[in-house]
Amino acid sequence: MAVVGVLALQGSYNEHMAALRRIGVRGVEVRKPEQLQGLDSLIIPGGESTTMAKLANYHNLFPALREFVGAGKPVWGTCAGLIFLANKAVGQKSGGQELIGGLDCTVHRNFFGSQIQSFETELSVPMLAEKEGGSNTCRGVFIRAPAILDVGSDVEVLADCPVPADRPSITITSGEGVEEEVYSKDRVIVAVRQGNILATAFHPELTSDSRWHRFFLDMDKESHTKAFSALSLSSSSRDAQDGSKNKPIDLPIFE
Amino acid sequence: MASDGTGVVALYGSTNNGLESSNHKSATFSVKVGLAQMLRGGVIMDVVTPEQARVAEEAGACAVMALERVPADIRAQGGVARMSDPGLIRDIKRAVTIPVMAKARIGHFIEAQILEAIGVDYVDESEVLTLADDAHHINKHNFRVPFVCGCRNIGEALRRIREGAAMIRTKGEAGTGNVIEAVRHVRSVMGEIRALCNMDEDEVFSYAKRIAAPYDLVMQTKQLGRLPVVQFAAGGVATPADAALMMQLGCDGVFVGSGIFKSGDPARRARAIVQAVTHYRDPNILAEVSSGLGEAMVGINLSDPKVERFAARSE
Repeated sequence: MAVVGVLALQGSYNEHMAALRRIGVRGVEVRKPEQLQGLDSLIIPGGESTTMAKLANYHNLFPALREFVGAGKPVWGTCAGLIFLANKAVGQKSGGQELIGGLDCTVHRNFFGSQIQSFETELSVPMLAEKEGGSNTCRGVFIRAPAILDVGSDVEVLADCPVPADRPSITITSGEGVEEEVYSKDRVIVAVRQGNILATAFHPELTSDSRWHRFFLDMDKESHTKAFSALSLSSSSRDAQDGSKNKPIDLPIFE
Repeated sequence: MASDGTGVVALYGSTNNGLESSNHKSATFSVKVGLAQMLRGGVIMDVVTPEQARVAEEAGACAVMALERVPADIRAQGGVARMSDPGLIRDIKRAVTIPVMAKARIGHFIEAQILEAIGVDYVDESEVLTLADDAHHINKHNFRVPFVCGCRNIGEALRRIREGAAMIRTKGEAGTGNVIEAVRHVRSVMGEIRALCNMDEDEVFSYAKRIAAPYDLVMQTKQLGRLPVVQFAAGGVATPADAALMMQLGCDGVFVGSGIFKSGDPARRARAIVQAVTHYRDPNILAEVSSGLGEAMVGINLSDPKVERFAARSE
């Protein structure tokens, strides 16, 4: 039975754990490098990417995470997790921050602006609907969200969204010279897949739509066809119940 | 017949107020709660200068609270405490990429409007500042910026949520370095929720009346077994052990006010508290990060009746 790790340094890891419980899958919180062993796949949740990078550094998690991604095990990053997985990030704090890398794309850390510019919207996701059923759109919650400025040739774009009109213009001052980059396209990429790496700029864990989580687990299944014939629902739902006994249901989902 | 919609009593679920905007909603309650959810498991630190904000960010704070004076100084100096200089808040905002919060006086919606205008990420309607209105809190539904409010018990928490707060913190007793009040408040909230969970549904009506909270939110809390928004600890947290205590008592994260920059080695203590909040269930790591932190904030003994109680300023 697949064991899904959720990086639990900071951020919305509880929400991911709750989302996994809802679809009857056991999630494991990961805070130390040794806890990555024996996991089939890993979710890197949303949160403050700077904070998560600091905490990962304190406990020397980066080498283990790179190894995990390098081994081709399925990894999914939401929001801050997307930044972690990107090969290149712009718009960071002075001094920069360490990344895991692996996903061939350039991410702008705070593309959509500050909290007041956070928003939710209906995203068109035909790929997701084709694989997991349901409607052709999904609810995308963008919280101080990053966005993907450009992607490498082997990266599959799963969703994009129109650039909001009130978004502050991008002037990137990364490192030494002022690297001026004006984003002029009217749509921007917000969900991609490259092999076993899935990344979304929005937060499916904040919605009741569990299709993204199922999509991610199916990626896991594709790569581990052996010994993963069936998610034994009887035992996993028992796990879920056990979990809810000492841990109440997580925060509500506001529609 | 009112074809243009006038005279219609209520329209539910219709957001068809424009051609394009119907698909793109900003500042919904879910988006407001969303930022708070991203702060979970993190530490929010009070800072008074851009340099301190950088120290906090480097240590791993998930947000900073921009202030002119930390609560300990407000306590010591007395006088009326107001919103900080917007220029200072802007400077702090420029210095870091993590979210920046700022405090407005309770009931002072103009201060909140100013803070919203300069683009702070969260407004703390705080009892640490002098009250501007002793009867009414800000109607937080009128704002696009999300709010955090203090509480001492479940009734107060749910009243704030009904007013539009997207995040709740304990009041504690800010600026004392004494965690007893924060513990009392979180124990109170958690204990009442546990009692509520075991309550017969028929009893919830009169319970809601007794705690002076909206019935629907009381029912939602009963069903969830927790407050329906993110709940942080605040007021008196001074050591990594204090922070981990608040986490084990059931908080989603911790505010540290005067505790860090009133101590001997702020950078080190800040980092230790951040680690303590992540690893709050691991005593070995807690022991490790608690070692050699230098002098903690002196603190105030709260059994002295002359100490002013900020927490009792609002209901």
